[in-house]
Amino acid sequence: MGLHRHAGLWLLVSAMLLCCVSPLKAELKNSQHDSHSNSNITGISIVSFKWEHVKAPYIVAVWVLVCFLCKLVIEANHHVTSIIPESALLICAGFILGGIIWGADHQQTFSLTPVVFFYYLLPPIIVDSGYHMPNKLFFSNLGAILVHAIIGTCWNAATLGLSLWGCQKGGAMGDLDIGLLQYLLFGSLIAAVDPVAVLAVFEQVHVNDVLFILVFGESLLNDGVTVVLFNVFDAFVTLGGAQIDAVEIIKGIISFFVVAFGGSLLGMVFGILMCFLTRCTKNIEIIEPGFIFVVGYLSYLTAEMLSLSAILSCVFCGVCCQKYINANMNENSVKTVKYVMKVLANGSETMIFVFLGISAIDKTIWVWNTGFILLTLLFIFVYRFIGVFLLTWPLNRYRLVPLEFIDQLIMGFGGLRGAVAYGLAVMMDEKKIKEKNLMVSTTLIVVFFTVIIQGILMKPVVTWLKVKRATLHDLTLIEKVQNRVFEHMLVAVEDISGQIGHNYFRDKWKNFEEKWMMWMLMKPSARKTQDHVFSVFHQLNLKDAVEYVTEGERSGSLEFIRNDSVLIDFKKKLGDDMLEAMPDVTADTSFDQGIMLPFRRDPVPSVSLEMHEQTMNGLREMEDLNSHHLLQEHLYKGRKQHRHRFSRNHLSINTDEDEVQEIFQRTMRKRLESFKSAKMGMALPKTISKHTKKEQQKTPNGKNRISVDEDYEFSEADSASGYDPSFTYRAGGGIENPAFMADLDPVVPLQIPPWLAEAELDSGGVAPSQRAQARPPLTAGDLRRLAPLRISTQSTDSFMMADIPDAEQRRDSFDLPPPPPPPP
Amino acid sequence: MGAAPTRIGQQDPELVERTGFSPEQINNLHKRFLQLSGNKDTISRENLNDIPALAYNPIKSQIIEAFFDKRNQHDSEVGSLEEITFQQFLMVMSHFRPPTLEMTAEEKEAMRKEKLRFLFNMHDTDGDGKITLEEYRKVVEELLSSGSIEQESAKEITDAAMLEVASTNVPHMGPEDFYEGITFEHFEQILKGLEMESRMHIRFLDTATVHCGKS
Repeated sequence: MGLHRHAGLWLLVSAMLLCCVSPLKAELKNSQHDSHSNSNITGISIVSFKWEHVKAPYIVAVWVLVCFLCKLVIEANHHVTSIIPESALLICAGFILGGIIWGADHQQTFSLTPVVFFYYLLPPIIVDSGYHMPNKLFFSNLGAILVHAIIGTCWNAATLGLSLWGCQKGGAMGDLDIGLLQYLLFGSLIAAVDPVAVLAVFEQVHVNDVLFILVFGESLLNDGVTVVLFNVFDAFVTLGGAQIDAVEIIKGIISFFVVAFGGSLLGMVFGILMCFLTRCTKNIEIIEPGFIFVVGYLSYLTAEMLSLSAILSCVFCGVCCQKYINANMNENSVKTVKYVMKVLANGSETMIFVFLGISAIDKTIWVWNTGFILLTLLFIFVYRFIGVFLLTWPLNRYRLVPLEFIDQLIMGFGGLRGAVAYGLAVMMDEKKIKEKNLMVSTTLIVVFFTVIIQGILMKPVVTWLKVKRATLHDLTLIEKVQNRVFEHMLVAVEDISGQIGHNYFRDKWKNFEEKWMMWMLMKPSARKTQDHVFSVFHQLNLKDAVEYVTEGERSGSLEFIRNDSVLIDFKKKLGDDMLEAMPDVTADTSFDQGIMLPFRRDPVPSVSLEMHEQTMNGLREMEDLNSHHLLQEHLYKGRKQHRHRFSRNHLSINTDEDEVQEIFQRTMRKRLESFKSAKMGMALPKTISKHTKKEQQKTPNGKNRISVDEDYEFSEADSASGYDPSFTYRAGGGIENPAFMADLDPVVPLQIPPWLAEAELDSGGVAPSQRAQARPPLTAGDLRRLAPLRISTQSTDSFMMADIPDAEQRRDSFDLPPPPPPPP
Repeated sequence: MGAAPTRIGQQDPELVERTGFSPEQINNLHKRFLQLSGNKDTISRENLNDIPALAYNPIKSQIIEAFFDKRNQHDSEVGSLEEITFQQFLMVMSHFRPPTLEMTAEEKEAMRKEKLRFLFNMHDTDGDGKITLEEYRKVVEELLSSGSIEQESAKEITDAAMLEVASTNVPHMGPEDFYEGITFEHFEQILKGLEMESRMHIRFLDTATVHCGKS
């Protein structure tokens, strides 16, 4: 034992000994080391060592730190985590830590106790799950989720209990003192799929949304169910077999429903309470986020107090309120809530897995019974599959998109057990259940087997079976519009045909929500902009913008973006008041760039699709990440109205709705204009005469004109940022938007598409960026002046030109080379 | 066409064949038909217009128009009808059948095309095989009229959407090219991500049930 050799280790170990998890009294015997140093002190001491004072919180803090460090180490190497899921690695880290403790102390002083688990570690995870639940997905699959969560869990519990009992009768497990009821109790605690484990694994395997929500939703809801079942059977076991008659059984069934639905209802009440609270927190925005956590936690505790299902209560609290509170709260609060929630949930998850590992290293709980353990594993695995198939079969008859066989396999395979089962197992009363330790160790084995083995296999299996993966495809604007058409059309046809269906109810609910719920629960100001089309439109813009920068990055032109000092400089120059205008500039820019794309890159089937692809590609590269991040900082950001997926590790960026609306207006106008001029062959609006004739010639079509506009804006940014002007003005005429100039290649003109070539002939070069290049650096004032103009007209470039004092430089631009041809 | 027999479902296996509805569904729909038409053989636009539940539907007029559109009758005719018979009513309704589990991939594809065609026809009001900007704008305007976005924005959305279509389908459009409108092929191309066959459907009741009346 290296106890005395190493003071640091000793501190750690003793800290562990005193851990939050174990009752504080227990550790006194271990702490003589500290206490006798205190006892020798006489008189006034200048510095005293007060370990006892801080012991408990200190230990907790050290443990949290240790767990986080484990995660840090594990995540340091992505080669490993891409094969073995993080949860499995955390458990292994727990084994090691547990081994250290055991080696030092010869007993396991720390383990996951039910109190800590159920009251401190679990609630953050559940609150987070509820609050970030992808509502639409969840409710449209609610039927299937409920069937699997309720019936599936009961099925698992019953079959496992009965089969084990049967096997014991058949003599497969030797001599065990377990009755039928106790088997059922064991079955009920181990029946539930665990949300923590499931999410940890499924998050890394991007299966399609429906499959994901089925597994995830089931795992969330069936935790509630399994706790209820456990309590019922626990009561039965307490009563003893003889006492149980029909009345008791009926009472048990009733209590099952009361507990489950009561819990959900309570959660909804708390959710509504939360909405009301956030409606009137205008003056205390700083603690606004606190309400969410406190009320969410209270919903959990209250349900626990009333012996209703705390998990269900918490989930539904989050599910009900998320939409309204996100609209009610101020932007920063929403962000804070999300981040803090993720921090808490992720932290809890880490600690749970580590402590599961630690708890396992304890000789005293291990009772080995090969038959019992192996049979349990086998039954769990088999019955899970059977259950999924059995339940999905009738469901599929009512589902429009039936769950495919492969999806069902993954659902079955995704039946990971986790800490909830362990927590329940530890809660069992040893006096009533003689073989508690066997059950606990079996539970641990099941958990480890499912989390580690199935977790590792999940990815290969998903790949091997070619499960439909999540499509990262975003809806285009037209698809969104078409979706609207759909909704209305279906309702209308239902009305005409006199059928009351799904759509009818959805429509009614929507009306009700708009009329009453929003009125009651939302701030008036928040009610205004609830339109999804805005968000899609905004996303389009964002995509365009990202694309634009990606493109720039590729040709190395947007270096200023990566240069922090310059960036700061830029910000400073523009000043706070300019912040408003700035995102606009960027967004506008990006959009037009989007139009340009087809001309630049050759085999481009679709602007938006392609852009998306580009975005995705870009994300993989570090540089692009940088610029992406930058864009997110500076662009108007739209609050995402719908989330497709739930993730405990990743947050989507959210933003302000006013901005969205504003940007929407502006860029729409731009789009409109460019559309008219470019696609409809409309005559260009007359440009203001400050252009030279030459210049007008140079922009024979709307597209180029617009891009010029674009470039201009970027150049602004360049110059404002204090970026080396020589860069901007190189190539005779200055390159405003070097991103696109970089592609220039003397050989390429041959590849210029005919229409461009033509344009070139009459105009002598349509390079989009040239005109802008020569712009002198603009001041913030200039920029601001421009913004409104841009709103009012599409042919902005002319207006901008008017604003530019120096016409000389503009002339230079005429010498510019022809537009970059599409890359081969 | 012709006189609609009262027990149409059972007596007309051909109708079952053509529309894909079960006899019970046809029966149900027929009851509804009679209810709407006031026990006449044909339905006119006014009949549909009078359905109260439809009153607040923003694209009501387009939908009603679709019922009277000859293109939705599986004939090659173009134009619109003044009144439709039960058979024609059924033909329109048949566009909203859900896909069944037994369908093969080709059948699904055919159904998808059919549904898309219906949607397309709904937007293509003048029947020239193209959804022009004006036509599409009308749709969007109607769609958004109930929402918080003002007309101006609706216009802009349309334009942006149209631009999307144009750039999706004609990547190398010259500056002087003119994108006249969305053709059916383009329409199909754009909406291929929407899982039309599974989404555009309503549940037709199989058994005789109480209808939600003409209330």
